[in-house]
Amino acid sequence: MLLRLAQRFLVLLASLLAASALVFAFMQVLPGDPARVALGMNSSEESVDQLREQFGLDRSLIVQYADWLRGMVTLDLGVEWVSKAEIAPQLIDRLAVTGWLVITAMALALVVAVPVGTWMAVRHRHLDGVVLSAISQIGVAVPAFLAGIILITYFAKRWQWFPSGGWVPPAEDPLGFLSRLALPAVALALVQASILARYVRSAVLEVLREDYLRTARAKGLRPMQALTRHGLRNAAIPIVTVLGLQLATLLIGAVVVERVFVIPGLGSFLLDSVASRELITVQTIVMVLVAAVLIINFLVDALYLAIDPRLRTGGR
Amino acid sequence: MTTTTPSDRARGQAGNNPTERAGSRESAPPDAPRGEDPETVLTVEGLDVGAGTTQLLHDVTFSIQRGERVGLIGESGSGKSLTALAVMGLLTEGLAAHGEVRLAGRDASLLGASESRMSRIRGRDMAMIFQEPMTALNPTMKVGRQVAEVMTQHSQADRRSAQRKAVQLLDRVGLPDPAAVARSYPHQLSGGQRQRVVAAIALANDPLLLVCDEPTTALDVTVQALVLDLIVSGVQERDAAMLFITHDLAVVATVCERVLVMYGGRIVEAGPVADVLGNPQHRYTQGLVAASDLERSRTDPGRSPLDTIPGNVPPAGKFPDGCVFRNRCAFATKACEQLPPWTPRGEHPAGEHASGYACFHPVGSDRDE
Repeated sequence: MLLRLAQRFLVLLASLLAASALVFAFMQVLPGDPARVALGMNSSEESVDQLREQFGLDRSLIVQYADWLRGMVTLDLGVEWVSKAEIAPQLIDRLAVTGWLVITAMALALVVAVPVGTWMAVRHRHLDGVVLSAISQIGVAVPAFLAGIILITYFAKRWQWFPSGGWVPPAEDPLGFLSRLALPAVALALVQASILARYVRSAVLEVLREDYLRTARAKGLRPMQALTRHGLRNAAIPIVTVLGLQLATLLIGAVVVERVFVIPGLGSFLLDSVASRELITVQTIVMVLVAAVLIINFLVDALYLAIDPRLRTGGR
Repeated sequence: MTTTTPSDRARGQAGNNPTERAGSRESAPPDAPRGEDPETVLTVEGLDVGAGTTQLLHDVTFSIQRGERVGLIGESGSGKSLTALAVMGLLTEGLAAHGEVRLAGRDASLLGASESRMSRIRGRDMAMIFQEPMTALNPTMKVGRQVAEVMTQHSQADRRSAQRKAVQLLDRVGLPDPAAVARSYPHQLSGGQRQRVVAAIALANDPLLLVCDEPTTALDVTVQALVLDLIVSGVQERDAAMLFITHDLAVVATVCERVLVMYGGRIVEAGPVADVLGNPQHRYTQGLVAASDLERSRTDPGRSPLDTIPGNVPPAGKFPDGCVFRNRCAFATKACEQLPPWTPRGEHPAGEHASGYACFHPVGSDRDE
């Protein structure tokens, strides 16, 4: 099992390297001189040259690429061209904000979707199962930004239970942090929970038909016991796949929801950096997003190995 | 329990503390309820199973004595597995069973019993071995735990001693290095080994009744005999009753003492194996026996390799009225549009349904050839 895990890890490192090269190459292909773009069209030739020299843009591409890679590994990405602010500390702060948001949303979605989806499967011939299934169908169709706006309208504006936006780090003010996290996390989780619940439903329906569940019943397990002890772990295999994909879409969804709730996360950092034409910053944020997706995929693979013993030995 | 009068017992039986094994085998009540033979382990009476308006089993009636091994044969789609699942109370949702299924020591019918009551009986008083060993075990749980679970579930052992007993059980079903098997996952075992594991699970709590649904059909011919052997010896050691489903007449002949022939959701013939297979009365049984008569096809080179029964088994619910076999039967007459009555054959201690047939034109009657 460790050998398999090591293999997957090597694959992860290789794909990270390949992805960084791709991201770097794409940024080079963009038309225009980044230094001139950063300084504006009316800047003097002199100041553009100066900036180019200052940030090493006159060096060969290979050297620039290697320098960027080194910077990401050592967390020393230099300063922004115009504002002269350090990139790395900002990036880490923003990443933490988005991380909180995405992980909370995913956790919420899981906590809701697994029991609800299981219930929908067990009761699929009954009215409650069908009604839940229909509700989840509607949930799938509501985009996160719309959910966010609706939540703000009622919970922040009308009833004023939660602030309508903004952000406080958890260490500074834990309660304020939670109250500001609640609405955007719910907005993100709503869609994901609906999607996930539907996958849980079909995975559990699949498992309910399995022979080993009948064996478990023949051993004297009650239907729910048989399902929780023998079914859920097997149902988890397809669910984990969906979970990985959802985390990736959540990262993207967070960009929009951060706008709605005025949250200083990675998404708004990306949009701001694009607006102010900070090439290295944009390039690094894109790389961070790509890396996050790759790492999620690696974790999904690792989870497969933990869940399904058949994959560990490579048999069948 | 020693001071109860017969009438007390008859009334009190159903109300017994359900966690206590009602009427344990050693003290099988001499005054069993309903005046039945106390040796009777399973009684099925007038069992009907239907899906919506389609009736799949009709008036299935039989009983099995303690230590008796009864075969249930018939083509695919004749209702054999459905009978087994109805007895176990494991019919899938949407199938409804009516009639009576009684297990020794329990007066009330198991049909319609609450799920919690059934789950205390399943795996302890009656157990089942399924057809497909490749999928019958949970692929994500170690084999030892799956065997131990059936004991902990019924509080027959605590976790640790159940694990120890599981290894012993795996040893007793002839698995080499049982400790290693207990630590492995199902996919690391062969089909024959897995079926031994399933047998170990089924026999773990010394059930009164073991139901086997074609336990060797999916196995290689070379391991079939070995697995059959261990199932039969496991049943014999425990003096348990066995209901053995198969479509292999040779297997029935070696494993069972008595056989039930099923077609179209009805039992059409029953009796001791030698009578039913050696001298069948019902025309369907006759066809079945002829279809597997390798001896005759070998000694009579002019014949086609094997006789077949003309036509196919109709889909569920499409069997004819009256005699279910009449649309495939060469001897059918107008009379067969009525349901043929059960004709007992000889005397059998388990009652008239233990041996007999339901046919208007049995083999040897005047219309025969």
